[in-house]
Amino acid sequence: MAIFLTKDSKVIVQGMTGATGMKHTKLMLGDGTNIVGGVNPRKAGTSVDFDGTEVPVFGSVAEAIEKTGANVSVLFVPPAFAKAAVVEAIDAEIPLAVVITEGIAVHDSAAFWAYAKSKGNKTRIIGPNCPGLITPGQSNAGIIPGDITKPGRIGLVSKSGTLTYQMMYELRDIGFSSAVGIGGDPVIGTTHIDALEAFEADPDTDLIVMIGEIGGDAEERAADYIKANVTKPVVGYVAGFTAPEGKTMGHAGAIVSGSSGTAQAKKEALEAAGVKVGKTPSETARLARDLLKG
Amino acid sequence: MDLFEYQARDLFAKHGVPVLAGEVIDTPEAAREATQRLGGKSVVKAQVKVGGRGKAGGVKLAATPDEAVARATDILGMDIKGHTVHKVMIAETAPEIAEEYYVSYLLDRTNRTFLAMASVAGGMDIEEVAEKTPEKLAKIPVDANEGVSKEKAQEIVAAAKFPAEVADQVADILVTLWKTFIAEDALLVEVNPLAKVASGDVLALDGKVSLDENAEFRQPEHEALEDKDAANPLEAAAKAKGLNYVKLDGEVGIIGNGAGLVMSTLDVVAYAGENHGNVKPANFLDIGGGASAEVMANGLEIILGDPDVKSVFVNVFGGITACDEVANGIVQALELLKSKGENVTKPLVVRLDGNNAELGRQILSDANHPLVQRVDTMDGAADKAAELAAAK
Repeated sequence: MAIFLTKDSKVIVQGMTGATGMKHTKLMLGDGTNIVGGVNPRKAGTSVDFDGTEVPVFGSVAEAIEKTGANVSVLFVPPAFAKAAVVEAIDAEIPLAVVITEGIAVHDSAAFWAYAKSKGNKTRIIGPNCPGLITPGQSNAGIIPGDITKPGRIGLVSKSGTLTYQMMYELRDIGFSSAVGIGGDPVIGTTHIDALEAFEADPDTDLIVMIGEIGGDAEERAADYIKANVTKPVVGYVAGFTAPEGKTMGHAGAIVSGSSGTAQAKKEALEAAGVKVGKTPSETARLARDLLKG
Repeated sequence: MDLFEYQARDLFAKHGVPVLAGEVIDTPEAAREATQRLGGKSVVKAQVKVGGRGKAGGVKLAATPDEAVARATDILGMDIKGHTVHKVMIAETAPEIAEEYYVSYLLDRTNRTFLAMASVAGGMDIEEVAEKTPEKLAKIPVDANEGVSKEKAQEIVAAAKFPAEVADQVADILVTLWKTFIAEDALLVEVNPLAKVASGDVLALDGKVSLDENAEFRQPEHEALEDKDAANPLEAAAKAKGLNYVKLDGEVGIIGNGAGLVMSTLDVVAYAGENHGNVKPANFLDIGGGASAEVMANGLEIILGDPDVKSVFVNVFGGITACDEVANGIVQALELLKSKGENVTKPLVVRLDGNNAELGRQILSDANHPLVQRVDTMDGAADKAAELAAAK
């Protein structure tokens, strides 16, 4: 098992024929992902050769689903066109849409989230502005490097891409069931809580590592959720203890405003819920090791 | 991007929110003509992006054009909570105010929706109202795709219990304010106070607007709203080069890839600094994925140009980015800076992990640059960078 993505997932790529889409489709195929198509209305009917693997290009997500049974879409569509692409994925009722695109306007992400909701949330959205998710040894939907680590029994959920990689690297000898990058934008589809719920239910996950960062109150809400619903051990890390108020730290959502959104408040909320919180990535990895040794 | 009051006022006017006349000036003498244009009297309002300017003496009435010059002379250059006043707005004097209200639209991150907030207890700090008398602040979710129609506006008006005699006017203002919010890709539009004046008219007397920088691709006019004077010169230079840089007040220059990792690097350096004279990070700089030699050179140039920087920590985890490319980037960057005649004397500590880390480390070893030290763990490298900064 794993969460959200397995070897049986049939993946399409919206924006596959662009430079970023081409590069990462090739990498995903290399990690064993079952990529069944790309979507580009202007190139429908053609196909792209990735080192001997022919991937057909479809005119729409709906057509791709009809012809291939695709159930995951990874989006590398530029910000200006991302909203329309996500709406298309929602209309086609694809079960999972992974939005890698960085720099989407908040009005657009708020609009596609509201649209997904109005359609009954039949499409799980991960991102935007995220590295996607990987189930090592099975499938990779996004840009997380497939060679950092191996299959194992740690589940990881993170707002940050590079911290996901860093943490997978720190714990590479143990391995991961799935690692999910949920993104650092102000409006995201899948939250820490959604991933925690899925890892709690996943029989192949023994321990959960949760990485947060300054801004918003997602970590505090995750802490409440953990307290009430998660029985598996959770180790946490929060980035941005030294971030000053009012300065956006790279991610559009990473900003401390007034007394809200500070790393300290998040750490305290998590610790109050019984989560061991590391001061640094390496200490967080040590805490995870200690808990797994029991 | 937060706007000044006069910019918010201009956007409100553009989208039909009723405001008073006003214009912005940056010399005392200009206050005279501006006041004459308003009929001989005006309010001189400091333009600063911080609350409490009235109490600080940043808002003054002027009964004559000469008085406006005198008030503008007082206010221009004034320091309000660390913000120097470079501009004042010469505004039409408000008619007698009968009541003060509050209305805003903003993003509700928690619920991933937009939110209308409205209160008949306006004029004061709305956070205080929210804390002390939460029942006086109505919060109504607004669906991003449905928006605010007249009916929705009436729902907000009813929830906030606006008096019947202003209900229709406030509802109309809520509709035009929503237009402003959407058309300008705003993260916040706030009117405080929204005032009922003696004539019975309702007007936006002061406001705040914050714009989404991710929407710049479809908001070409927003670039002109940037406050280029106030930006730190290093931040301005970094922005011109397309770098994601924030100036901080420490001594250890930081370069990394990925916002989360860089934030984490700041923390790890600050902890290491506790053992080395309390040195702190001097900046946030995320070079993003696929750092070319050019991006690395641009980043290093900004950081080495910061007189506060005593040492530099380059912290890269190669995900898709290959560490050999990063290492080549560092070596080439130092050569590039040398060829530009810059005398680089600050030590660099470099940690490379992940994709092609061994190759990258080898490149740095082979280059054997006297200022570059390799440390292969994040904690160890942070400690070394802090130690070097403290020793300078």
